[in-house]
Amino acid sequence: MDPLTFDLNTTPLREVNGALHAPGLAAAVTIENPAGAHNVAVGLSGETRVTVKGHVGYYAAGMNQRADVVIEGNAGTGVAENMMSGSVVVKGNASQSAGATAHGGLLVVEGDAAARCGISMKGVDIVVGGNVGHNSAFMAQAGRLVVRGDAGEGLGDSIYETRIYVRGAVASLGADCVAKEMRPEHVEELSDLLKQARFEGDDPADYTRYGSARTLYHFHASNTSSY
Amino acid sequence: MCGIVGLHLRNPELHPRLGALLTGMLCEMQDRGADSAGVAVYGDRRWSPEGQWSVSLLEMKDDAVASRVSARLGAPVAGQWAGDTLVLTSPGQGLLDAVREVAPDVLVAGFGHEVTVLKGVGHPRDLATAWGLESAQGWQGVGHTRMATESAVTPSGAHPYAVGPDQCLVHNGSFSNHATIRRELRSEGVRFDSENDTEVGARFVAHQLAQGKDVETALKELLTTFDGFYTLLVSNADSFAVVRDAIACKPAVIAETGDWVAMASEYRALAHLPGVETARIWEPEPEVIYAWTR
Repeated sequence: MDPLTFDLNTTPLREVNGALHAPGLAAAVTIENPAGAHNVAVGLSGETRVTVKGHVGYYAAGMNQRADVVIEGNAGTGVAENMMSGSVVVKGNASQSAGATAHGGLLVVEGDAAARCGISMKGVDIVVGGNVGHNSAFMAQAGRLVVRGDAGEGLGDSIYETRIYVRGAVASLGADCVAKEMRPEHVEELSDLLKQARFEGDDPADYTRYGSARTLYHFHASNTSSY
Repeated sequence: MCGIVGLHLRNPELHPRLGALLTGMLCEMQDRGADSAGVAVYGDRRWSPEGQWSVSLLEMKDDAVASRVSARLGAPVAGQWAGDTLVLTSPGQGLLDAVREVAPDVLVAGFGHEVTVLKGVGHPRDLATAWGLESAQGWQGVGHTRMATESAVTPSGAHPYAVGPDQCLVHNGSFSNHATIRRELRSEGVRFDSENDTEVGARFVAHQLAQGKDVETALKELLTTFDGFYTLLVSNADSFAVVRDAIACKPAVIAETGDWVAMASEYRALAHLPGVETARIWEPEPEVIYAWTR
């Protein structure tokens, strides 16, 4: 099938998203003039490549399965929220809650991601080219978060099992999040994630691994008096 | 939710387009709250003639107030309507005091040499049309679309709150300890026009500025005094500032070019600004004060 192009100046978003949900869609779709619209390219489930030429609003590429979405601009709150598989690449910055609750797939933010990046992530891999804001990976349950820049306050607060790799400074760690040793398998995992996200120039040795100290999510009988 | 927009123009060539640009920004944010809206326009010489005082009045049915204020002031006072807001202007000193003496209960939406504040209940697009906002000119504008959470849907509950000379504050979010701070300010002699939490923020900032503090210091005080969720845009005769609380869950995006600085709750309010394709765009950090001066 030939590549398809939609112009959001002339075609309503609902129509565009409807077309993107059609079975057997073209392999390549371009969306022009998003102008910060919400819900661009949400709920995709086919192996389609979607390129969005500009900035998008809330929840772009949310609930993605199998599709590869590239946003050539900034993304608003909740980009790739609840993604299951496939990939989402944001060429600019992402607003808060990028990749929130996502179960799988790869989210790459080439610029900065704001507060709560990867909040409650459940298996997604997130690679951020710049910094992440405060409370990133809050209650993160599974998956990997890579930050090539710095992390804001409260990184990994109440974290379960996600592995976090940060190259720059961490303003503060949240409850139960601790720095951990980089063993060979972590260097390998990080190298692979950086390669997937096309940040191949980085030396994994510059990164620190963070994860759960696992003191919060087991009940200790000695704490009974606190309840 | 509420929507905030603000535009600070650096390039004088854009001044004639302020109203058109601000109207586009305001109407784009109307989905975030469409029960009422307001704008503050800085430097429109139709509403704020050069060198004159201007006072914006709400819920004022009586145009004859202009002549009564004029008689009290001993100077000419002109009155003009913009929607339901009556804008009084005069070259005479003490215009606001004269208004308060002639009509003690009148609701003052804003006053100063530069600013005109227009507020109303209704759909933002209808209000912008009624105000004639599209044709406004000037160097700075601030707007707000309201989804009421803290007080009644009335003109006095609409933003902006412009309670000091040429000052203006709009807010998305809520202050949880506003009642306590209101009591403290009242005990220091500060008057209030509404039960709205944002008015407490505006009165607080005005109170700080009246004590000789600069905007940045006043906002630092606000950060340590107010609990709650907030993104604030605070403007003055020569400044434009943005601040968010420590949690920063209320949205905000700032864009900057050589020609202008703009702030909005969402990017789509900025999407039509000239040169936005090359603007530096970022999200303000929690508890960091971003300020620009003329």
